[in-house]
Amino acid sequence: MEPDSVQRQLSVTIAHIVQRLRGSKLHSELEREARTCLHKSEVRIESLKEDLKDFLRKSGWEKKLQNAVYRELNVLPHPGHPAAPPEHTKESLMYLRRAQVNWEKRVLKSLNSMCAELGIPLAKKRSADEQKELLNKWNEMGTDEPDLSHFRPVYAPKDFLEVLINLRNPNYDGGDPTGLRSSWGLISIPLPVKDLSELRELFAELALNYEQLGIDDSMQIPVELFESEYIRLGQRVLSEQDSAAAQQYIRQGCPTGLRADMWALILNIDNQLEDSLYYEQLKSNVIQHDLLIDNLIYKDVKLTASNDDYYFVFEDYLYQVLLCFSRDTLVLDHFSYSSASPPKSYIRGKFALEDYTVVYPPNGVIPFHGFAMYVAPLCFLYHEPSKLYQVFREMYVRYFFRLHCISSHSSGIVSLCLVFETLVQTYLPQLFYHLREIGAQPLRISFKWMVRAFSGYLATDQLLLLWDRILGYNTLEILAVLAAAVFAFRAENLMEATSLATAEAVLADLSTLKVMPLLQLFLFATSS
Amino acid sequence: MAGKVKWVTDIEKSVLVNNFEKRGWSQTSTDEDWNFYWMSVQTIRNVFSIENGYRLNDDQIVNHFPNHYELTRKDLMVKNIKRYRRELEREASPLVEKDENGKYVHLDFIPVTFMLPGDYNLFVEEFRKNPTSTWIMKPCGKAQGKGIFLINKLSQIKKWSRDSRTTTFISPAGKEAYVISLYIDNPLLIGGKKFDLRLYVLVTSYRPLKCYMYRLGFCRFCTMKYTPSTSELDNMFVHLTNVSVQKHGGDYNPIHGGKWSVSNLRLYLESTQGKDVTDKLFDDIHWIVVHSLKAVAPVMINDRHCFECYGYDIIIDDKLKPWLIEVNASPSLSSTTANDRILKYNLINDTLNIVVPNGEMPDCKWSRCPPKEALGHYELLYDEELAQNEGVECEGKPRMGPSLNKGNRLKDTRKPFSTWK
Repeated sequence: MEPDSVQRQLSVTIAHIVQRLRGSKLHSELEREARTCLHKSEVRIESLKEDLKDFLRKSGWEKKLQNAVYRELNVLPHPGHPAAPPEHTKESLMYLRRAQVNWEKRVLKSLNSMCAELGIPLAKKRSADEQKELLNKWNEMGTDEPDLSHFRPVYAPKDFLEVLINLRNPNYDGGDPTGLRSSWGLISIPLPVKDLSELRELFAELALNYEQLGIDDSMQIPVELFESEYIRLGQRVLSEQDSAAAQQYIRQGCPTGLRADMWALILNIDNQLEDSLYYEQLKSNVIQHDLLIDNLIYKDVKLTASNDDYYFVFEDYLYQVLLCFSRDTLVLDHFSYSSASPPKSYIRGKFALEDYTVVYPPNGVIPFHGFAMYVAPLCFLYHEPSKLYQVFREMYVRYFFRLHCISSHSSGIVSLCLVFETLVQTYLPQLFYHLREIGAQPLRISFKWMVRAFSGYLATDQLLLLWDRILGYNTLEILAVLAAAVFAFRAENLMEATSLATAEAVLADLSTLKVMPLLQLFLFATSS
Repeated sequence: MAGKVKWVTDIEKSVLVNNFEKRGWSQTSTDEDWNFYWMSVQTIRNVFSIENGYRLNDDQIVNHFPNHYELTRKDLMVKNIKRYRRELEREASPLVEKDENGKYVHLDFIPVTFMLPGDYNLFVEEFRKNPTSTWIMKPCGKAQGKGIFLINKLSQIKKWSRDSRTTTFISPAGKEAYVISLYIDNPLLIGGKKFDLRLYVLVTSYRPLKCYMYRLGFCRFCTMKYTPSTSELDNMFVHLTNVSVQKHGGDYNPIHGGKWSVSNLRLYLESTQGKDVTDKLFDDIHWIVVHSLKAVAPVMINDRHCFECYGYDIIIDDKLKPWLIEVNASPSLSSTTANDRILKYNLINDTLNIVVPNGEMPDCKWSRCPPKEALGHYELLYDEELAQNEGVECEGKPRMGPSLNKGNRLKDTRKPFSTWK
């Protein structure tokens, strides 16, 4: 790229970030700090600007600003063409945009028909008695057993998979009518995805010559060789309070004792008073209004986390977090860089009148079967509801939303499916061919793992090591690599499978897998 | 004498039978010659009874010590621990150091306990010091949470006072005897729920003491949210963690059975409270186990034909201090969930691999020095013989699995070397 356009792009980026941070809480805090420090002796009128900057640096405020900027950089969408319409920022490929819109229509229709069928309004205000009852029960909603038999999840991952399988680029002609040269897999659109050598470059710190948590901290290895020093380094990173450094550090994994703080630092969450108050406000919104969605959330938790050996203990936290999440309009922010748009509904009697549309649910996210599992692993790290909530929300608006939208983004679920299928076809062709022959397309088995970011499939300590790397590399591509690595690991048994059911059985239990050795072996020991 | 190992069991559980059969052992009856007998506690009483007991041969092994009740009866356990502390005091051991409130610094691991009706007056004195406290009444000879109730008023245990005052005849430690302990009303809660720990400990000898801790213990959660509120004192689903009680609660879930692995507990505590305090907690738990065994070691009949696999029940309070609640001689071998079955199957398997090395004919003279590879999921907790020979602490020094301490015990100045002898 010419230096001119690089410069231009930089100023666009800077302008974008400045706009996002202007008027934020951090902005007003910085102003306040700057004003108070005017009284200090080290700040002189002659060199006001330099002294001010010096002061802010020394008192740690520059670091906070840096972290905030870094956070924005992490979610910054690709800079588009200056003349492109706003939809382009969300998703630049029109056919995918259209597919996402259609999918959203289907989901909303399903929700509305459930609502009409059951005769329950999408939202209604709770009576004073009901409010009081819910408030009393707030910490133990799990023990209430309303009749949920008529509710069904709006959709499950496999429904979404069918939609992805049917995606077609109308402009594309692969010139391969027999399909022999093309992909054997289910995804039929030509998105550019990274190949193994590019993935190796991306995940450089997972290479065999780097030490890792999840490998070099095992029982047989004395702590002095790696672990102790790595923990000390982590403590230093935390004391520096530098998001970018933490993100680099965590690529080799995070010690369990430091993980809660490290994730909060990387996600730029400081859990101040305002955040707790905001959470309380969300809670009061939940108490006051009953949403149809609430029953879906309730049912989802009961079907998934409540039956899980690792997460059943935290059932009550899940209700608290998810109910508040659905009321949180700050989440709407992420739609500016997501290919999705929030579903709109209409106030009764005012159908199709633009002024009377409301976003439903308030946060624009309709939960699907298994949604609660995004929150569950976080309960191992945070036992304070407000902090747990913030970490989850940030994880959702940075990563998880991409797992259930149709987009061309490299971390989007479509790209992940393509990466997975390409890796398996390229490096395990015999296995792929065999599985196709027995009617067990690999993606049909691995899709659910990737949509849930492996939550509920791996043992929790392994899952957390995996999510360390998601945070460290700021990408979900590692999920696709792991999925391929699992197939490679169980290839022998899979070759003996004779049907989809037996193939599923071979891959039913991932709870004994050690994630890091699998990733390392697949990435760096597979012959290309 | 060559031939198949012949086994008998009083307890018809698949986790036992499957383990015997997989070793190619053959089942027999008590009338015939047997080599390995998994007994109930009634049977061990008979075998070693004065009237109709009999001597065991060298090639016969049983799964209980004759007077295990010194550890496994609630009142005797407390008595032995109190006696152990007094002995240490006489020796002026640093272990029995007390703090400014008169509480033992290192050996305060059982809640304040009294025997009823015998100690009734002593109990009343203690009760009056803290009239708002809650106490838990437990019948000495029962299990599975039967007969347990909580009290917070003296009037609730009037009948034990009447017996104490009016009769000079002290009733023998029989079925009517109760222990009353200070209720731990500040248990550590996870997800708002109370839980306790079940840990398995194998003892192959008391003198010298040789004990092994099973890595795969589990937490048992109550189905209902914990509340110390007095209105819920009668709600056993809030307070008693016994699975036999919780199973009947409306919210009992048969998939996970309210059980959490100890490794989950460890991960949770390390993540939310930090590695150091978690390591210390598990260190403290090992400490409790070893000292409870040392306390009864002098009075145990150290019959060479015996080994025993105990179920330790431990509660952790919100200051991360563990408390020993009780020790079970016959921990349940029933399985409530699939994971449970696997765990108990492995428990028996690993136990048999240690006490009947190489699956050969049992020999009561076996060395009791299993090599590390033979331990399975057990790890050495304390071996008195090794400690004396090597002259150093040999309590689990090599790095353990995730559920046990990986820390460096030698640096722990709280437990000076001399105490382990």
